[in-house]
Amino acid sequence: MTTSSTNDPVGTPSAPADCLQTPLDAWHRQAGAKMVPFAGYSMPIQYEGIVAEHQACRTKAALFDVSHMGRLRFDGDHAAEFLDHVLTRRVTDMAPGQVRYGMVCNADGGILDDVLVSFLQTPSERRFHLLVVNASNREKILKWFEPHLADFPTVTMSDRTELTAMIAIQGPKAVEICKRLFTIDPSRLKNYSALVTDQFSKPVIVSRTGYTGEDGLELIVRAEEAPRIWENVLLAGREVGFVPAGLGARDTLRMEAGMPLYGHELDETIDPITAGLKFGCNLKDRHFIGEEALRMIAEQGPTRRRIGLLPQGKRPAREGCPVLNADGETIGQVTSGGPSPTLGVPIAMAIVDAKHAEDVTFQIDIRGKTVEALPTKLPFYKRPAVAK
Amino acid sequence: MARDPSTLRYAETHEWVDVQEDGGDKIATIGISAFAVEQLNDLVYMDLPEVGRQLEIGEEFGEVESVKAVSPLYSPVAGEVVEVHSDLPDNLDNLNEDAFDFGWILKVKLSADLPESLMDYAAYQKQCSEAG
Repeated sequence: MTTSSTNDPVGTPSAPADCLQTPLDAWHRQAGAKMVPFAGYSMPIQYEGIVAEHQACRTKAALFDVSHMGRLRFDGDHAAEFLDHVLTRRVTDMAPGQVRYGMVCNADGGILDDVLVSFLQTPSERRFHLLVVNASNREKILKWFEPHLADFPTVTMSDRTELTAMIAIQGPKAVEICKRLFTIDPSRLKNYSALVTDQFSKPVIVSRTGYTGEDGLELIVRAEEAPRIWENVLLAGREVGFVPAGLGARDTLRMEAGMPLYGHELDETIDPITAGLKFGCNLKDRHFIGEEALRMIAEQGPTRRRIGLLPQGKRPAREGCPVLNADGETIGQVTSGGPSPTLGVPIAMAIVDAKHAEDVTFQIDIRGKTVEALPTKLPFYKRPAVAK
Repeated sequence: MARDPSTLRYAETHEWVDVQEDGGDKIATIGISAFAVEQLNDLVYMDLPEVGRQLEIGEEFGEVESVKAVSPLYSPVAGEVVEVHSDLPDNLDNLNEDAFDFGWILKVKLSADLPESLMDYAAYQKQCSEAG
């Protein structure tokens, strides 16, 4: 056998020397993480095992080093207007503390990146916007913004990625445990809200966001503080089973949660409506790059659509497997697929011809063998509602 | 009797081979090593060949999948598949405990000598330590 991979981000077994390192790199290696190159960084793919880390996140909490994600800060008058111009989501009406999911599109509506934009206010009442972008798209987005920024001379953009670290604490026990560590009560943060606070005697951005389908927090901290904060959180959560988790579990978690991943469900040939992300576009009474194209796609309907599939049997369908209709005609392909540790069956997301998106049966060609696949609503997994 | 890993031969691609005489035939039992199982981690699926299939040395005969990766399985020998371990795909967890006994995958009636390229235990261990 060979241990080749068909599904990013699992890649070659060791990271080449020219990869960037996150501020937690030494910690990962000391903990015995399997490191892989990902988006220019050397990143932990797993520590003890993907399934164990996945289950810890679903039942307790897991810590993810997501310092490779790009963090771009926008200051100055009209920063909101600038972001409003380049994002599919309205930014100008955001109140301090709000976080929104949106996309950066090209003029044709193709997705250059999917992002979180936060409007933040420091304790000294300085306000700024922060954009968290995909690691693989950071350089592209910086280049894309530059000419558009020229029209907004009062706005400054600074890349904070390497000065800071980002830690995601995800799982049903994440917020409760973090209460013990924080001077603020993070349970008072609503979903998709964030604040700048002095935690651990240093400035920290705390947001109630994540990419696992679980409740949780994401922290942006100064790079040099990251190992101390990471260890503090792990220590505080040790008795309830907090574990460090790698990109492998992050991928299976987001897949179960039906969340798209750039380079898989999203790219420059896919628009937000095709990807099922219309909620991430404010088309009414706005003008932004790509808006005309998206308005037309929204009116006419996309030619392709993202769907969820349950391949029958035990064999997982992987990215790139052709999706066929009941007559055996190729109508699209799997964009992400694998076993669901929570559901115990294979799951897959696919982009298919829109005219077949409502079909009741599909087939997937898994490396030469065809299996039946049933359509299902996304997400595959939704966390149970918590009684208030 | 438990199979002793130190007496087996190994392919570069992590399959092990155990050859026994059976009524004048040479029967090779083939599996994947404990090192390979540990590297793959979280196994979810294994695809086995049909009994009766003729295999060439290095020919792909199936695949094993972990949560993230698909890995083809290559035949380290030439011959006819005479038996497959049909209980294995439903019990892949057991491979973690028992890659060399319960973990056998198929038996092949040899049609040619074992290839020279198969390693002994010491050479295979050296390969694993360099990879790991």
